Amino acid sequence: MFDFQIVTSWFDNLLRGCMPEFWVLFIEFVVIGIALLTAYALIALALIYGERKICAFFQCRLGPNRVGWKGLLQPFADMFKILLKEIISINHIDKVLFYIAPFVVIIASFLSFGAIPFGKGMQVLDFNIGIFYVLAVSSLGIIGILLAGWASNNKFSMIGAMRSGAQLVSYELSASVALLTVVVLAGTMQLSEIVEMQQDGWFIFKGHIPMIIAFISYLISGHAETNRGPFDLPEAESELTAGYHTEYSGIQFGFFYLSEYLNMFIIASIATTMFLGGWMPLHISGLDAFNQVMDYIPSVVWFLGKTALLVFFSLWVRWTFPRLRIDQLLHLEWKYILPINMINLIVMTIIVVYGWHF
Amino acid sequence: MSSTLLLVVFITAIVLVVGGLGVALLLSPYSTNKQKSETYECGIPTRGTSWMQFKVGYYLFAILYLMFDVETVFLFPWATAVRTFGIAGLVSIAFFILILVLGLAYAWKKGALEWK
Repeated sequence: MFDFQIVTSWFDNLLRGCMPEFWVLFIEFVVIGIALLTAYALIALALIYGERKICAFFQCRLGPNRVGWKGLLQPFADMFKILLKEIISINHIDKVLFYIAPFVVIIASFLSFGAIPFGKGMQVLDFNIGIFYVLAVSSLGIIGILLAGWASNNKFSMIGAMRSGAQLVSYELSASVALLTVVVLAGTMQLSEIVEMQQDGWFIFKGHIPMIIAFISYLISGHAETNRGPFDLPEAESELTAGYHTEYSGIQFGFFYLSEYLNMFIIASIATTMFLGGWMPLHISGLDAFNQVMDYIPSVVWFLGKTALLVFFSLWVRWTFPRLRIDQLLHLEWKYILPINMINLIVMTIIVVYGWHF
Repeated sequence: MSSTLLLVVFITAIVLVVGGLGVALLLSPYSTNKQKSETYECGIPTRGTSWMQFKVGYYLFAILYLMFDVETVFLFPWATAVRTFGIAGLVSIAFFILILVLGLAYAWKKGALEWK
């Protein structure tokens, strides 16, 4: 399995050979920044194209097919269009908060994007509190949404933001308890170590039924955290026009749009990392030839493939189920998923303490 | 090293948003009039401000969240050391989670989870 660290350390040595320490670090940081920005933009474009195409197929349409081959250039056209749109200035708003809100949302998603292990040795932020950090920064996004709704001075925005706040904080709880179940089994919070531990079997296979329950409840609550699908109450277009981003136009709306897609990717990739082995190939003990063939597939492909599968599930759910009501939404979380998760956590702990896991 | 990288990622995010907004401001047209800058609601002039009191239901869930989230933060360090603590750790954490679930049951009984 190719280790990306070979490339980074080669680059590091190359730079160190010809310039002082400060400039080495500076150039490396700039390269990291550019790489992250490129990955962020490309993934967003791929997701927008994928969503439009898959949504079209679910509805027996063709989807975008005019710009470029099979409409592949459509997301680029969308991007330039949104850059060229006017940013309408509105009276009676809280100007400062109104402008800060999309920034907060984007920064929250970008910070958690930086901690994702894309492949072997391809991870920018590898903290020893990895998963805890991801949960912490991704919950910052709620503040941006609440700010947007409050600052807009619009009743639709206000109701949308309040719904979004209630929904996001509720589902974040069960998402973190579901991830806690994985941490109990892994015994570490560092994302790279969690992936390494899944070498001889992904956690969803290792952890018996509790892990499968945790996986499903994480998928549900993660899906709710992205404000999409049957849980898109904050921006229910038939009742609230567009919810918390009603007043936003041009690129400011684009930021909300971008962060929504990236959050979908981040949720899917955290689920991949924690439950489906991250960039680890599928290994079945006993079948050595099969394992070796699997090892030839690069780790990035494994990671992106599993993540794409989960994103596809999320799109599938989004375009299949009708929207819930706010009371049904909160009942689902507080009366079903959260108590089930709590019991699940205790069952997992018993399994780990008595060593019944694989 | 990791905290420096965190700063790098943070600065990159700021570059992304400020750069995006800057490019958009440079490229986009601008025109304004009285109606265009009104609040987008339903066509007739908006009545009053939206900065008002909101439904208490949302507030209750926020309070509940606060309680549970603080407890979850306590659980994270314990989760990394389950194997070291063994059965003693299991019993104590079972009590801890029991108290948490009792709190949830109390809120349920009191009707805090009903959307009225």
